[in-house]
Amino acid sequence: MTEARDIDILHYCRSQTVRHLILILRSPSEMINPLVFFLLVIVLFPLGLGPDPKQLSILAPGILWVVALLSNLMICMRLFVDDLEDGSLEQLAMARVPLSVAVLPQLTASWLASGLLLSLVSPLFGLMLGLPLDVAPVLVASLLMGTAIMLLLGAVGAALTVGVQRGGILLALLILPLYVPVLIAGTRSLNEALHGGDPTVALALLGAGVTGGLLLAPLAIAAGVRVSLQL
Amino acid sequence: MYFDSVADALAMGGHGAFVWGAYGITFLIIFFVLLRPVMSTRRLNAGIREEALRKRSAKGAQGNAS
Amino acid sequence: MWRIIHQFGSPPWVYRFCDRVIPWLFPITVLALLAGSVWGLLFAPTDYKQGDSYRIIYIHVPAAVVALAGYYVMALAGLVSLVWRIKLADTAMRAAAPIGAAYTAIALITGAIWGKLTWGAWWVWDARITSMLILFFLYAGVIALFEAYENKTVAARACAILSLVGTVNIPIIYKSVDWWYSLHQPASIKFTESSAIDASMLYPLLGMIITFYALFALLMMLYLKRSLTEDYARSAWLHKRLTA
Repeated sequence: MTEARDIDILHYCRSQTVRHLILILRSPSEMINPLVFFLLVIVLFPLGLGPDPKQLSILAPGILWVVALLSNLMICMRLFVDDLEDGSLEQLAMARVPLSVAVLPQLTASWLASGLLLSLVSPLFGLMLGLPLDVAPVLVASLLMGTAIMLLLGAVGAALTVGVQRGGILLALLILPLYVPVLIAGTRSLNEALHGGDPTVALALLGAGVTGGLLLAPLAIAAGVRVSLQL
Repeated sequence: MYFDSVADALAMGGHGAFVWGAYGITFLIIFFVLLRPVMSTRRLNAGIREEALRKRSAKGAQGNAS
Repeated sequence: MWRIIHQFGSPPWVYRFCDRVIPWLFPITVLALLAGSVWGLLFAPTDYKQGDSYRIIYIHVPAAVVALAGYYVMALAGLVSLVWRIKLADTAMRAAAPIGAAYTAIALITGAIWGKLTWGAWWVWDARITSMLILFFLYAGVIALFEAYENKTVAARACAILSLVGTVNIPIIYKSVDWWYSLHQPASIKFTESSAIDASMLYPLLGMIITFYALFALLMMLYLKRSLTEDYARSAWLHKRLTA
């Protein structure tokens, strides 16, 4: 019986991930908008700070990470909203699969459509801010892990605020302080790479963050969803 | 006392306004955080007592009538 | 043992407990606050490096210490409320948040004043000040989340989860901010860390830390009593107590 259930869960996760991906692909604007937002804010910085490439490249790690953080927040605001409205979140909570596992497919799909995409195109944005191409691997690697951590943390906040009227700004208040370590480790890795240092410590810390987040965040997300559904 | 005179204590070696100000703000905050629950408890209690009194007098009136 | 724990779940018992302790704790705490301040301000010797401006330490450090401890008190109450569904734990959690935020505000304001004296700037991105500011936002988040829900039982559960997530994150945040600061620390700004503080300076500091803890306990009881009065306004035991 338990064996049958184990297979069940894997199969469930795979099919649910595909389902959520299809849902996202059907309305591509939801996937594209955060990217456009990212680009737009990046454009604002040279306009505000002046076009000097030297100055921009000094500030680039911080700018890229803060903007990544903000666009991640935008994604988190939409995370469970539709599922609560059409009742599928309730179905999820009632399903035989533990809720902490059942929320993972959606997060995976969200990350594939946001974090992964953002990380892969980020070297382009880096170039615009005067970052040399040699640091692109570090930029991509740090963003890959950083967006995953931020999505996991943001999902906790999203689960807690999805039932609240005008939860968006509240979500920002709850979650942004928790993003601080990710921001610090992410910019540190880039700065180390830029100044000839060793970025592996910062990257390893981000990796530890992903592991810890994957272990703990689903429990908090599940508890949060239950609170929002008032179960 | 560590200081020689009251004026010395107030001056704090030139930092008087800052040091005394820091203590003043702290006590102001503490005062307000202390006052808030005390006042609202008092208000709530007054409401409860009033209601209890009204109920008792209503009962009393009923008793007189019958 | 179990009876004591049981009693802490009973509203009338806790109300009576608060009622009995507050008349003692209130004057003692206020007197200790005044005595500690006078000791720190007037009787402790001057720091040979910082002069008299160091006297802010007697409120700044205790406020910062208890502000951090207060978050753990809140999270612990949240855990109790989540696991055992004790309504009083909800109330305690709800009480701890504004008190902790007030302590954090005191630490930040006095820190800014002290910073102006030692560093010449009202705000310096020092590791400890920055961590304190983030702690303030964590408190603000819990308070805002509590206010956002109509149903206060649901609100308490949401806040409990949030404060537990915060508890896991606080050490990480503190460590990462330290790490960040160690990289960016400019040479001109250095916190004079006196490794061996003299007893004549240490004792008033310890006294003030204990006093600030006592004040936290007193405030918790005052807020608990207030919330109990609000929640049980229609119950017989409270009426009996108030009209007796």
